[in-house]
Amino acid sequence: MTLAGPIEQGCPSGLAPVGQGASGDVGAFVVQKGGEKSLSLSVRGAKCAGCLSKIEGAVNALPGVRQARLNLSNGRMEVKWTGDLDANRIARTVTDLGYGAAPFDPDTGDAAAKAEERSLLIAMAVAAFAAANVMLLSVSVWSGHGEMGETTRRIMHAISGAIALPAALFSGRVFFRSAWSVLKKGHANMDVPISLAVILALSVSVHETIRGGEHAYFDATVMLLFFLLIGRFLDARLRRRTHAAAHELAALQARSATRIGVDGTTQSVRASDIAPGDTILVAPGERVLVDLEVIEGVSEADESMVSGESLPQAVAPGVRLYAGAVNLSQPLRGRALGSAENSLLSDIARMLEAGEQRRSAYRRIADKAVSLYVPLVHTTAALTFIGWVLAGAGVREALMIAVSTLIITCPCALALAAPVVQVVTSERLFRRGVFLKSGDALERLAECDHVVFDKTGTLTLGEPQLVRTDDDDDAIARAARLARASRHPLSRAVVAAAGAGQVAAGVREHPGLGLEADIDGVVCRLGSAEWVGAEEVRGESRLRLWYVEGDSEPRRFAFEDALRPGAGKLAEALKKRGAGLEILSGDSEGAVADIAWQLGISDWRAGASPASKVARLEELREEGCKVLMIGDGLNDAASLSLAHASLAPGGAMDVSQSASDAVYTGAGLDAIEGVIDAARGAKIRMLQNFALAAGYNVIAVPIAVAGFATPLVAAIAMSASSLIVTLNALRPGR
Amino acid sequence: MEMLTFLIPVAILLGLTGLGAFIWAVRTGQFDDPQGDAARILTDNEDRPLPDRH
Repeated sequence: MTLAGPIEQGCPSGLAPVGQGASGDVGAFVVQKGGEKSLSLSVRGAKCAGCLSKIEGAVNALPGVRQARLNLSNGRMEVKWTGDLDANRIARTVTDLGYGAAPFDPDTGDAAAKAEERSLLIAMAVAAFAAANVMLLSVSVWSGHGEMGETTRRIMHAISGAIALPAALFSGRVFFRSAWSVLKKGHANMDVPISLAVILALSVSVHETIRGGEHAYFDATVMLLFFLLIGRFLDARLRRRTHAAAHELAALQARSATRIGVDGTTQSVRASDIAPGDTILVAPGERVLVDLEVIEGVSEADESMVSGESLPQAVAPGVRLYAGAVNLSQPLRGRALGSAENSLLSDIARMLEAGEQRRSAYRRIADKAVSLYVPLVHTTAALTFIGWVLAGAGVREALMIAVSTLIITCPCALALAAPVVQVVTSERLFRRGVFLKSGDALERLAECDHVVFDKTGTLTLGEPQLVRTDDDDDAIARAARLARASRHPLSRAVVAAAGAGQVAAGVREHPGLGLEADIDGVVCRLGSAEWVGAEEVRGESRLRLWYVEGDSEPRRFAFEDALRPGAGKLAEALKKRGAGLEILSGDSEGAVADIAWQLGISDWRAGASPASKVARLEELREEGCKVLMIGDGLNDAASLSLAHASLAPGGAMDVSQSASDAVYTGAGLDAIEGVIDAARGAKIRMLQNFALAAGYNVIAVPIAVAGFATPLVAAIAMSASSLIVTLNALRPGR
Repeated sequence: MEMLTFLIPVAILLGLTGLGAFIWAVRTGQFDDPQGDAARILTDNEDRPLPDRH
């Protein structure tokens, strides 16, 4: 790659849009071990071999870099280097190539989950090996039925046993351990009948082999374990992936803050390292990470994430700034009031916890099915045994039939029914930019019949847009010369409307009032009515700016918080699906009423505090509604965790993202409709699968109870049912 | 039938070899980045094995 020519931005194959580079100070995330420093980055937008070599090549070319390796599957990049290379230069190298880069805090919980996944995979491989090899021997026993001599058959069974016994004991550990731990507590779960079936089948088969009997169930036992382990493995993998997705999203928001030491030096620290009493410098445009009391500086803060209020608030010494607010115009110094963990309003944290507890009490469809299933299997097997003994069969024969019943009813298909559907659906959603946080979220999402929206940042873009009139193009272009120097949302809206252009020299920003500059000897002002000396018009839209040049007539610009693309379509689509719609916003009445009218939503509440949002959700729950909450702000976090299911946009506060079941990315709202459809589709598939599994048992159990379930029948029945359930889940859907 | 005393051990041995190879692949992280490995064969850079993992 030559540095002289223009460097192509982003993925050379055009598989991903050019990433946004803003990553803040990554210096606080460097880990030093001996003389070697390492940094983990989360890289967005890398999709192909070109991306890989471009990024690794550029980072490897930096002085002192020992190793740079990008994992294309999960977007993590590990960089190790020695010497005094600045970590920010590494991040900048990546962002300059057109990829997003954010510092990533290696997740300690992930290592344990990965180890569990690996051990399940190995157990599955061992079971697969045993199943394949034992089946080889079993097929010859079955096909040689009637012709094969007793000695040969016994040898075949003995070899099968020699393979199956150690394999089953090794790969069955997961089930034995889990069954034992619940039995000790006096409960039963699905692992109890599984363990019982495996152990009984193995002992009966060993006994039959020694006795020289005709039937041994070694093949069925290992095959059973193999199918069950597929289900377990998929479940573990989904849990790890959803957990990693949640962690990833949190990492994208892992920001660092600037701490001012006693001696006046500044230092970049992680949010988690801030202690109460620290002095923090908040630059314009920076997000406040912990609750602060302002001690120096006058500015304005955008608190839309905290309260839902769309207009910036004036900030002066003594004012309390909550975590999540964005400083807009002037640098501020503040004293940290708490550490990052307890920085959130304590009642929000408490409400969050209450919601989490309620949610963990949710019973998955699979759990319900199992609780019906376990007693049924045990009773059937026991009754079969008693029945055959009473009918005059020998104890040995009765036991054989009972064991074959236990094996054949063992819930392979049941164990695969839910995980396969969840894995397939979450993978499809993942490709559409929706990150699911747990598998059972799909079931809860599918049940929702009432949708509650937050307004600011969820239904609307959360940033004002200039309402254009016919003749103001020239005025906008002139005002933009001042506005380009400011970070105020209204200034940015003016700039967005005007497009690229020049900035006036020496623009002064007066917090709470507006901007001022001398352009060609004329004093130009952009700001509030009071600032430009204009007459305030009452009863109009609250978002407006005035612009004046010298003594000329002031011009007025009006703004509105525009709807996100697709909001109207979404409202229509949800209504068509029979869901009730409602807006719960912390913003003022006028703004909410306007949005509600545009979307045709008659049910709305304005000025809602976090507590009153929670109260409203409780009220809906009392009425029997299953609420889907969609929100992004800190003020929504408690309601998100309390709702039956919840969604948050990718730009939401991290606490809101962690309180919700799924996070969707992208500027539009189209994803929401897709999520609901996918969840409903997944639920139908799961129910179909459970019906298939139940249908299988209706046919198989009588055969087993009647004593016709030879090992051959068991093998065919089990693999057929598992296969049908898996294929049903993989069947392409909408 | 004497052939079986020879063939069955050979079949099992082959199976065990496959199983061993799979376990080795899982343990050494060969499945950690399937997309990256697929792309890496297309790059011209020398791709050295990863340094030992902890």
